[in-house]
Amino acid sequence: MTMTEPAAALTVHNLRVGFGADPVVRGVSFEIARGECLAIVGESGSGKSVTARSLLGLAGANARVGADQLELGGQTVLGLTDRAWRARRGKDVGLVLQDALVSLDPLRPIGREIADSLRLHTTLGAAARARRVLELLDAVGLPEPATQVQKLSGQLSGGERQRALIAAAIALDPPLLIADEPTTALDVTVQAQILALLEHITRAGTAVLLISHDLAVVSRIAHRVAVMHDGRMIETGRTEQVLGAPRHEQTQRMVAAIPADKPRGTRLSLSTRPRDAASPVSADSTVLANSTVLDDSTVSAASTVVLEAIGLSKSYRRPDGSRHLAVDDVSFALQRGSTLGIVGESGSGKTTTARLLLALLPPDRGAVRVFGEPWSAASEKTRRGLRPGVGAIYQDALGSFDPRWNVAEILTDALGLSPGLRQRRRAPQTTARLLTLLDEVGLAAAVLTRRPLELSGGQRQRVGIARALAGRPEILICDEPVSSLDVSVQAQVLDLLDDLQRERGLSLIFISHDLGVVQHVSDEIAVMRAGRVVESGPAARVFAAPQHPYSVQLLAAVPRLPA
Amino acid sequence: MSDLEVQAELATQAARSGQPRRLGLAEATAGLLAVFLLVAAVTPQLLALGDPLGIDPLSAFMPPTGAHVFGTDESGRDIFTRVVHGTQYSLVIGAAATAIGLGLGIVLGTLAGMLGRVVDFTVNRFLEVLFAFPGLLLALLFIVIFGPGVATATIAVGLSTAPGYARIIRAQLITVRSAAFVEAATVLGRTRWQILLRHILPNTLAPLLVLATLGIGQAIVWAATLSYLGLGAEPPTAEWGAMLSAGRTYITSAWWMSFFPGLFIVLTAVTATVLGRSIDRRMRHA
Repeated sequence: MTMTEPAAALTVHNLRVGFGADPVVRGVSFEIARGECLAIVGESGSGKSVTARSLLGLAGANARVGADQLELGGQTVLGLTDRAWRARRGKDVGLVLQDALVSLDPLRPIGREIADSLRLHTTLGAAARARRVLELLDAVGLPEPATQVQKLSGQLSGGERQRALIAAAIALDPPLLIADEPTTALDVTVQAQILALLEHITRAGTAVLLISHDLAVVSRIAHRVAVMHDGRMIETGRTEQVLGAPRHEQTQRMVAAIPADKPRGTRLSLSTRPRDAASPVSADSTVLANSTVLDDSTVSAASTVVLEAIGLSKSYRRPDGSRHLAVDDVSFALQRGSTLGIVGESGSGKTTTARLLLALLPPDRGAVRVFGEPWSAASEKTRRGLRPGVGAIYQDALGSFDPRWNVAEILTDALGLSPGLRQRRRAPQTTARLLTLLDEVGLAAAVLTRRPLELSGGQRQRVGIARALAGRPEILICDEPVSSLDVSVQAQVLDLLDDLQRERGLSLIFISHDLGVVQHVSDEIAVMRAGRVVESGPAARVFAAPQHPYSVQLLAAVPRLPA
Repeated sequence: MSDLEVQAELATQAARSGQPRRLGLAEATAGLLAVFLLVAAVTPQLLALGDPLGIDPLSAFMPPTGAHVFGTDESGRDIFTRVVHGTQYSLVIGAAATAIGLGLGIVLGTLAGMLGRVVDFTVNRFLEVLFAFPGLLLALLFIVIFGPGVATATIAVGLSTAPGYARIIRAQLITVRSAAFVEAATVLGRTRWQILLRHILPNTLAPLLVLATLGIGQAIVWAATLSYLGLGAEPPTAEWGAMLSAGRTYITSAWWMSFFPGLFIVLTAVTATVLGRSIDRRMRHA
C-alpha cells in the first residue's frame, strides 16, 4: 500500500455526541486514508458504536451531535438533514453490522436486498443490476452466486449472511466502509474468512473503519488502532505499537485480558491479585478442603474420575422428519480438581453435551456417571440427591434467573431455604451465609436487594457463580460462561473461577467456542466437530501439536496478538 | 435497508431507556373514578342517603334538577340513588365473572400446558369449539339452560370469557416452562411441584393481572347487556343494565332514565381499561 499524499476518506475533529444531559462521546478526533483500515476498540459503553453511527447520521433522533470538523470524502456532513443523509448512505459510506440475520429482510431474497442501493442510487437497468449483484456476491466470496441470489437470509449460514451484508454495503463502491463488530457473532474459522475479505476490500482502496471489542481480532487487519474509553480516545497509533507496547493503563488492561497463549494460572485482570490463603473466605472452604484434595502432589497421585461420559449419543428430529445426530459417540473423563475444556464451533454439539451432562436430556445411547454412580441412567428422584454436587454456570446468566427475584432471593433459594422471606424476616444466619457467598465471588452486599436486570453483565455472571457454589458442588459445568462479557470482565470472571477451583478443589467442565479462553483455563481438552470429539488430550499437547486437521484449522483461525 | 434497521433499533432503545411516564391526566381521572366507584360499592349510603327502591309517584319522570341530580324514573325513584346503589351489583358481577373466567382459564390452561400432548390436544380442540361461538351467545345458551337471574348471568359471563384466558395462560405457560431459569431450578435439584409453584405459575400469572383488570370492564358491560335483555337482574333492582332496559320505553320523553345508567356502565368499563393499561405499562418498565 503506497500512501503518497493520502487523500483522507474521513476526517473527524472533536466529535461530541450526547443523549439528553449525558455526553457519550466527548471530543474524538481521527482520520482515515483511502486504502487504510482503522480500528476503534473499546468495551461496551465506551462510545465506539455511537461514534460510528454518527458518521452515518444515525446517532438517533434524540442525540446531539457536534464537531469542529466532520468531513466525508472532503465534504462536510455536519448537520445534514435526514434527506441529505439518505442520499449519502450507501453511496459515500457503507455499513456492516454485527448481526446479519436482523440486518437483512427475512422475506426478500438477498439478491433484491443488494440490488436496492443500486436501484436507488444508480441509473442501471434491471439486467445490469442483476449482473452487478452477481459480481458483488462473487467478489465477497459467496459460492455459486447465481443460486444464492434467490435465497432468503434465513436460508444462509452466519458467514454467508455476513458476506451478503458486506456485498450490499460495498455495492456502490463507497470510499468508506464502516464495520461495526462484523465478526462477533461468527465462529472463529468463519471470522478469519470475513476478516480476510475486509482486508481484501481495504487493499482495493476502500477506507475501512472497524469497530470491535476484541483487540486480537483487529490486530489481524487494522493498520492503526484507536482505543476508546468512556467517550474519549485514550490511545491511537500503529497496530503493532499500540498492542505491543500499550501506554495507557486501560489499553494495558485490555491487552493483559486476552487469554490466548497465556499459561494456566496466569492472572488476566491487572487490578486483582490471587487471593491469599488467609482471606476470610477460605475459612469456609477449608471445610471442603478436608474432603477434597488440594495439594498438588496428591492430585496427580490420587487423581480420580469424578465425571465420565461413555459413548454419549443424542439425536433430534428435524422439521422434515429426518434425524439430526447432535452428539455422536462422545466419551471423556473429568479428573478431580482439573478442568476439561470442550471446544467447538456452533452446531458442534457442545451445548447438547452440556445438557446431557446436567441430565436435562436423556441420552439415546451411552451414559454419564458422576462420582462413579449412574447419573443419566438414574431416575430424577435419585439424581436429585446428587444434584447439589454438580453446579452449572450458563452463558445467559440473566435468563437463568427467575425475573421476579432479587439476588437475595435467588441465593436463598439456591441455599435450599425458602426464598419467599423478605429481607426483614430473614434469619441472621441466612444473611451471613449470603454475604459469605457474595464475598467469595467478589460482590458487595448492596447487590442483595437488586434484581439481575439491574446488574452489569459481569455482576450477573458472578451471581450465577455464587448460585452454583451455594450447594457446595464438587463439579461445575460451565457452558460458555464468559462469551457475552467484555474482555476485561471476562478476565475477571476467568480469574475468579481459577481462584475458586484452587480454593475448593473444584472439577470444571468448561465449554466454549473461544479457543483462546479454553487454552487458558484447561488441563485437558476435547475438540468437538459435528457431534464428535475429533481430538482430545492434555491441553498443552493439543495446542502445541494438534493431530486432527480440523484442530489445526481451528487453531490457525484463533485471533492472536502479533508476537 | 440496513439504515432502517439501525434507526429502528435506536428508536426502540430510546423508548426503552425512557423513564416510566408520570401519572397522566387519564390515569389520574381513572384513579379518582375508581375510588368513587369503590366507595359507592362498599358504602352507598355515604353518597346517596335515599332508598333506591323507594317509590314516590308524585315526583315521577322528573328531569335532572337540584333535588334529583339525575332525575327520577316512572315510579319517582331517584336515579342518582339507584345508580350509586347499583354500583355494587355491577362491580360484584364484573369481579365475580372475571374470577370465574380466570379460574377456569387457569385450570384449563395449566392442564393443556403441563400435562403433555394428549391433554393439550383435547383441551385445545374444546377451546376452539367454544371460540367458534361469540362469547355473548355462549352466555345466552347457558342462561337458556339454567334460567335467568343475577347468579346465572354472572356464571354465564364468566364461562364465556374462560376460553380466552385459557389460551393466553397456555401460551404463557409453554414459554415460561422452557425458560432457562426453569432448567436452572432443575439443576439445583428442585422437584417438578416446587418448580411449578415457585417459578412457572407466578411468572405465568403475573401478566394476567393486567388482563383481569381489563376483563372486569368487559364483564360489567356483558352483565349489563344480559340484564338489559331481561336475562340478568329483574327490573325493580337497581342494576345498571336493568335500569337501562326499564328506561328504554321512555327514551323519547325521559332520556335521563337510560342516559345515566348507561353513562356509568361506560365510565366503569373505561376506568377499568385505563387502569389496566397503566399497570401494564408500569410493569413492563419495571
